[in-house]
Amino acid sequence: MNLNFNIVENSELECSIAEFTNTNCKLDSGFQLNNFKIAYKTFGTLNDNKNNAILICHALTGDQYVTGKNPLTKKNGWWSRMVGPNKPIDTNQYFVICSNVLGGCSGTTGPKEINQISQKIYGAEFPSITIKDIVKVQNFLIESLSIKKLFAVIGGSMGAMQALQWTIDFPEKINNIVHIAGALKHSAQNIAFHEVGRQAIMNDVNWNKGSYIKKNIIPERGLAVARMIAHITYLSDNSMHRKFGRKLQSRDIISFGFDADFQIESYLRYQGRSFVDRFDANSYLYLTRAMDYFDIEKSFSNSIEFPNITNSHINYLVISFTSDWLFPTSENKEVVKKLNYFNRNVSFTEIETDKGHDSFLLDELELDLTIDGFLKSNFKKINPHE
Amino acid sequence: MNNKLSIRKDWTLIESLIDANSKVLDIGCGEGGLMAQLEKNIQAKTNGIEVSANLTQKAIAQGFNVVQGNAEKDLNQYSNKSFDYVILSQTLQAMIRPKEMLLELLRIGGKAIVSFPNFGHWTIRLQLLLLGKMPVTKGLPYAWYETPNIHFFTIKDFQNLCQKSNIIIEKGLALTSGGKQVEISSGLSGANLFTNEAIFLLSYKNFEPIKTELKQKSFVGSSAIIS
Repeated sequence: MNLNFNIVENSELECSIAEFTNTNCKLDSGFQLNNFKIAYKTFGTLNDNKNNAILICHALTGDQYVTGKNPLTKKNGWWSRMVGPNKPIDTNQYFVICSNVLGGCSGTTGPKEINQISQKIYGAEFPSITIKDIVKVQNFLIESLSIKKLFAVIGGSMGAMQALQWTIDFPEKINNIVHIAGALKHSAQNIAFHEVGRQAIMNDVNWNKGSYIKKNIIPERGLAVARMIAHITYLSDNSMHRKFGRKLQSRDIISFGFDADFQIESYLRYQGRSFVDRFDANSYLYLTRAMDYFDIEKSFSNSIEFPNITNSHINYLVISFTSDWLFPTSENKEVVKKLNYFNRNVSFTEIETDKGHDSFLLDELELDLTIDGFLKSNFKKINPHE
Repeated sequence: MNNKLSIRKDWTLIESLIDANSKVLDIGCGEGGLMAQLEKNIQAKTNGIEVSANLTQKAIAQGFNVVQGNAEKDLNQYSNKSFDYVILSQTLQAMIRPKEMLLELLRIGGKAIVSFPNFGHWTIRLQLLLLGKMPVTKGLPYAWYETPNIHFFTIKDFQNLCQKSNIIIEKGLALTSGGKQVEISSGLSGANLFTNEAIFLLSYKNFEPIKTELKQKSFVGSSAIIS
C-alpha cells in the first residue's frame, strides 16, 4: 500500500497525530475520505521482531489516553488500572497503541474538525461512519507505524466491536483478540437508548442542525441528558442500590420540588455536566449511529466458514459480566458459539459482578488475571525464548 | 479431582487411548491439567469446556482454549464430528440425562472417552447388603443427601446401554482399588466386581463418514468404515 502520511507531535494534545493525504479511503457510505488525521498515543517499546504491538480500541466516549495522564481532563487515563508498567497489559512487555476513533473528538478527524476541502468545520456535513470505517482508518495507522502483525487487538463495548471487525477485515494482521462485553450486533434495546440520547441532543435549540461551534455555543443540555440516560445503562440495579439506595443529597428531608433530592439524581447530573466539557455533541451522534449500524452476524460467520484470508490462527478471548444488561452474556456467547461451531481457538468466561456494563473499566480481579494470563501465555507461544 | 501435583492415573489411561496429533475436546476440563498432558505428550490440539468460572479463568490464563459452560446445555455449539475425541471424565453419573449425553459425545466426536466410578464394586455391594445403607467409599465419598452423583450404574449397566444405543465399546480399561489396570472384556463379570473406575473408548456403529477437517485415520479403528 502506498501511503502519504506525516506524523507530528501535538504539544497541546500531548499525543502524536498521523496525517494522511490523498489516501484512497472509501467509507461504507460511499464517501471518499482521502484526507484525514489520527490522534494516537503509544506506550512501551516495539521489540526487534515487531511482534509485541497491542492495539487497544476505546469505547464510545473514550479517547487515546488509555493510561498515564489525560492532558484534557487532568485525570488518569480511562484504563490506567489495566494498562501500564507491571499491569495486566504490561507496557514493559508490550508496545501499546491507542488511537482516537474516526468521528471522535480528541484529535482524530471528526465532526468538530475542519474539512480540508471546504476549510469549514464539518459539523453535520461529516459523513456517516461505521465500525468498519473506524477499523479501516486504524489499519492505516498500523501501516504507517510499519507493524505487519499486531500481537493483539483488545477492546470493551464499542472497542469489542472494533476487535471483532479486525478479525473479519484484517485477519492476517492479528494474532489474538480480547473481546470484552460486546456483541455480534447492536440490539434493538441498545439502539432505542441511543435514539433517546440523540433526540435529546438534536432537540436542544443550541444544536442548530449540527453547526453550533461557529456560533460559539454547545447543545449542553441535550448532551448532558444523553449522557445521563447512557450512564444508567452502564450500571446495574444492584450496584445503583448499593451505591445510592434512596439516600438524600445534602439534605435530611425531601424538598417537595424537583431539585436533586436523591443522591442518584445528583450523581447523574454531575455525570451529565462533566461530560459536556470533554465530549462533542456531534461526535456523540455519529458514534452512537456507528454502533447502531453494527451487525456482523453474517459477515463474521462467512469470514470463518468461507475465509478469503486465513484466520484460523487467531486466538479469541471473550469476556462478559453477569450484571451487564447492555451487552449481556447471552450476546457475548453468540460470538463464542459461532467460533466453537467452526472449531476455533476460543476462550470464554463470564465474570461474576454487580457493576454492570462498566465492569470492564472497574476493579475486577478476575478480569485482570484472565487478560494477563491469556496475553502472557500466548506471547510465549510466539516468543518461546523471551 | 484436580490434583495438579500427581499425574492422575486415569489421565495416563485416557492418553493411551488417543492417537497422536488428534483434535480433542475435554468436557469438564478444570484448569486444563489433562489438556496440558495431551498437548505435551501426544501433540493433541485441545479445546475444553468447564462449568466453574474460577477454573475456566485459570485454564485461560495458562493459554488453553477453554469456554465456560454447562455440559448439559452448551454442547450444542459444537458441530458434528468436529473433534477426533471427546472426553467426559468422571461426570456421566452426575448428568441429568446420561444417555443423551453419550449420544451427544458421539455426535461431536469421532470417538468418545468416558470414565465413571463403578457402582458394581464388591465393597459397594457389600455395604448395601450388610449395612443396608447407601454406600460411601473413597471414590464415591458423598452421603446420599449431598452427592452430585445422581445416576449410579455399574459396568454391566453401561455395557447394556451401549449395546442398546448402537454404541461400540472399542476398548475398556479398569482401575482397581489396588491401583492395578486391567482390560475389561465384555464376557467376564470379574471386572464389574473389582473395578473402581472404568474408562471406555466408544464409537458409533455405522456412523456416516461426514467430511470435516477430521483426520481420516481416526475412522480407521472403527469396524464400520474402511478407508
